[in-house]
Amino acid sequence: MRRDPALSAVNPLPQSERRFMSGNEAVARGAWEAGCRVAAAYPGTPATEILEYAATYADLYSEWSVNEKVALEVTIGASLAGSRALCAMKHVGLNVASDALMTQTLIGVGGGLVVAVADDVGLSSSQNEQDSRHWGRFAHLPVLEPADAQEAYEMTREAFALSEQFDTPVILRLTTRICHVKGVVVAGEREERPVKGFQKNPARMVMTPMNAGRRIPLMLAREAQLRAFAEVTDLNRIEDGQDKRVGFVTSGPTYLHVLEAFPEAPLVKLGFSYPPPLGLIRALAEQVEQLVVVEEVEPLLEQEIRAAGIPVLGKDLLPRMGELAPHILRPVIRAFLGEPAALEPTPKRPLAFTTPVQVFPRPPTMCVACPHLGIYYCLSKIKNTQIAGDIGCYTLGAGHPWNALDTCISMGASMGVALGLDKGRSEADKDKRVLAVIGDSTFLHMGMQGLLDIVYNRGNVTILLLDNSAVGMTGGQEHPGTGRDIHGLEAPKINFRKLVEALGVKPERVHEVNPYELPVLFKALREEVKVEDTSVIITNQPCVLTERYRNKPPYAVDEEKCTGCSNCLAVGCPAIAVTRRETVVKPNGTVKELTFVAIDSAACTGCDLCPGTCGPEAILPLAVFDRAGARP
Amino acid sequence: MSTSAAGRITNILVAGIGGQGVMTAAEVLSQTALSQGYDVKKTEVAGMAQRGGVVTSHVRFGRRVLSPAIPHGEADILVGFEPAEALRWCGQLRHGGVAMVNRLRQEPPVVTLGLFPYPDDPVAEMRARGIEVHAFDAGAIARGLGNSKLVNTVMLGAIADYLPFPAEILKEAILARFRERKPALVAVNEQAFEAGRAAQAAT
Repeated sequence: MRRDPALSAVNPLPQSERRFMSGNEAVARGAWEAGCRVAAAYPGTPATEILEYAATYADLYSEWSVNEKVALEVTIGASLAGSRALCAMKHVGLNVASDALMTQTLIGVGGGLVVAVADDVGLSSSQNEQDSRHWGRFAHLPVLEPADAQEAYEMTREAFALSEQFDTPVILRLTTRICHVKGVVVAGEREERPVKGFQKNPARMVMTPMNAGRRIPLMLAREAQLRAFAEVTDLNRIEDGQDKRVGFVTSGPTYLHVLEAFPEAPLVKLGFSYPPPLGLIRALAEQVEQLVVVEEVEPLLEQEIRAAGIPVLGKDLLPRMGELAPHILRPVIRAFLGEPAALEPTPKRPLAFTTPVQVFPRPPTMCVACPHLGIYYCLSKIKNTQIAGDIGCYTLGAGHPWNALDTCISMGASMGVALGLDKGRSEADKDKRVLAVIGDSTFLHMGMQGLLDIVYNRGNVTILLLDNSAVGMTGGQEHPGTGRDIHGLEAPKINFRKLVEALGVKPERVHEVNPYELPVLFKALREEVKVEDTSVIITNQPCVLTERYRNKPPYAVDEEKCTGCSNCLAVGCPAIAVTRRETVVKPNGTVKELTFVAIDSAACTGCDLCPGTCGPEAILPLAVFDRAGARP
Repeated sequence: MSTSAAGRITNILVAGIGGQGVMTAAEVLSQTALSQGYDVKKTEVAGMAQRGGVVTSHVRFGRRVLSPAIPHGEADILVGFEPAEALRWCGQLRHGGVAMVNRLRQEPPVVTLGLFPYPDDPVAEMRARGIEVHAFDAGAIARGLGNSKLVNTVMLGAIADYLPFPAEILKEAILARFRERKPALVAVNEQAFEAGRAAQAAT
C-alpha cells in the first residue's frame, strides 16, 4: 500500500504542527524526543548541524569532541551509564571512530546508543565517497536508512528503542540528500526516561581476549534475531504497482527517486536495510519480471540478494558513484525495457534546450581577507618544496593562483605524510624542503600524534599550524583552541605554543606570526626550511567568517599608479578583479603581459595583505580617494 | 509545472555563488509555500561550506513532493543570481520555463587569471536557446537602495508574479522575517522587492 500523503495543499494540517526541518535538524529532534541525554560529535559536512541543533535543547548534554573516536567513546560511556546517547559524524569520521565501534558491538548498550553517520554521496565536500553501510556488515550492527526528514525524525526515535530492544548500537545512515534537504516534519514531544545507572559487569565490559571471545557468539545470535526482525518490521515493506516489468529494491532516499521516476512499479522500501529482509525481497522478485536494486553507492544489497539466489540487476545498469536521482534512473531503465530514453513526458524540448552549456568551472575560493591567503602567497613564492596538506579550507591552497599543496588525504595526514616524504626521499629530491600545512582544529583532531612522531623520529619538516580559532570549513564551530564550547560559553583554551613544545618541538623552533604581516611570515618560513629540524610556525588570526574577525577600512586601486604587474593577484583574494589586459613589447623586444586590476571596495575588509605586494604602492585606503573627491 | 502521480509540482531552481544569499532566498520561498499549505522540499547543492563556489538550491512544492531534487529539464523558474551561473543551469528549465537573471557579473579567479573565458553574453546565449529571460542589474538596484545584500530580495520580487500564490504573500513573508530580526530593514526590503518586480516586468 502506498502511504497517503500526510500533507496536502488541499487539506493542510495546521501550520503549528508542520515544521520545516532539514534531515539533520530532524535527527536532533528525534533524539531529544527519545529522551537522549548525551550527544557528541566532531563537525563534518554533511552531518555538522545534527549537534548544532542538539545543542539547542537545554536538557540534552551536547559537546564538540576533539574527534569522532572520542565522540563515540563519550557516548559509549554515557550509554553504559544508562543514558540514551547519540553521536554524529560524517562517513570518514566513522573510519576514525571504528576502532571503538568494532568492539562496542560485542559489549552492547546500557541506554540506547545511536551512531548517526552521514555519507557524502556526490562528494560535495569530502575526500572520498565511501559507503558507511559497510560498517553494519563489518560490525554486525543494524543499519537504518531514512528517505526524508520526516523519516529521519521517526527513525532516530525508533533507533533508540531498537538499540535497547536488541542490546546493540544502531547505525543511522544518512546521506547529503537527507542531511541538507528540508521538508515538512510533524514532530511530537520528549519522553522523559529514567536512567538505569551503571551496571558493573567486567565480564561484559572489559574486553580481554577471553571475555571478548565469549561475547562473539552472543553478537552473532543478535544478528540472527535482527535478520528475522527485518522481515516483520514496519520499517520495511512491499509497495505494489501495476507495471510488473520491473520491481525495485530501494533503501533510504532512493525510495523517493524510484517513486517519482516509476510511480507504477512495485517496490520494496527498506528503512531497516541491514540485515536485509531477503524473504520480503524474494516475495517481490516472484511478482515481477525483473528485480533491480537502486542503492547509493556500493552494490551491497545487490551482492546479498544475488548470494541468496535471487536474480537481480543493479550496478550493471546504474552508476557506481554519485546520487541516483530520477533523471538518472529513467533513461537507464527505459533503455533496459527497450523504450526510447525520452527525457520526460513533458512537451518535447527543442534541441537548443538540451545542448550542454560550456561555462568555466567555479570552484570554492578562499574568502576575501582569509588569513590563509598570505600563507599561500608566501608558500607559492618559496622554491624547491614538497608540501603535505590536510583537510580544511586551506586545502584550497592546492588551487589557483597558489598551487602550493601537494597532498591531501585524511584528517591529520599532513604530519605523517611529511615525515614519510622526508624519510623516503630520492637522491633527486635530496634538497627539497618538506613542509606540512594543518589547521588548528585538524591538529587537535588527529595531528598531534603525527607531530609527536615527527619529533620523536627526528624529522626535517617545517610545519605551518594555521590557527584561525575555528573549525572553518564546516562553518566556524568551536574547538578546544577557541576558548568557547558548543554553546558559545567560556571554556578552557589550549595554548598551541605550549602544546607543540610539550610534544617535543624545541622552543627556538616555534614561531608565532601574524599571517597578514608578509615580511615576518616570509622571514620565518625562509629560515625554518633551511634548519634541519622540526619547526612549527603558528599563525594567529581568526577566520573572517567568525565574529572574532574585525573589518577595517577598505582599500582601492589608484589607476594612475597601477603598472599592471599583477603581483597582487598572486594573493588570490576574491576582492581583486582584473579590469583589462595589455600586451606590450619592450624596447629590447621582449613581450610582456600586463594585467590591470581594481579592488571591489564593498567586499574588501582592509586586511592589509595586498598593499604589501604592490611595488608601485597603487593600493591605498579608499578614504584617500574619497578625500580627493575621486572614487576609483 | 510538471504533473506526476503526486499532482502538479512547482519547481524553482535558485542558482548563484556562495555568499550571495541563494540559500536565504530559497528558504524564504519554501517557508512561504509551506504557509500556503503545500508540501515543500528544499535541497541545497553547495560545494564546501565556503564562499565563491557554485551554489544551487532546489525548491519544490505541491500536493506531495517526492524526490527533493528537481528532475533535469523540469524547472519552471530559474532564479539566476549571476549571469554565467544562470547560463550554467539553464538546461534545467522545462520548455516554456522562465529565467530571472541578475546581470551583475562575478568573475572567479580562474577567469581573472585568464585560464578560462567568461561567456560574452550569457543572457543572449540563453535567449538563443529559446528561453524566456528577464534580465536586469539586481546588484545596481540593491546598491541604489544603499545595501548590496538586498540582491536576494530583488530577485524574489522578480519571480513574485510567476508563483501559484499572490505576490503580496511572498512580500509579506519577507517583511515579516525582517520585522522579527532586523526591523530597521523592513522598508528598504519592501522597496527592493517592488524594484525587482518592476525590473522583471520591464524586460
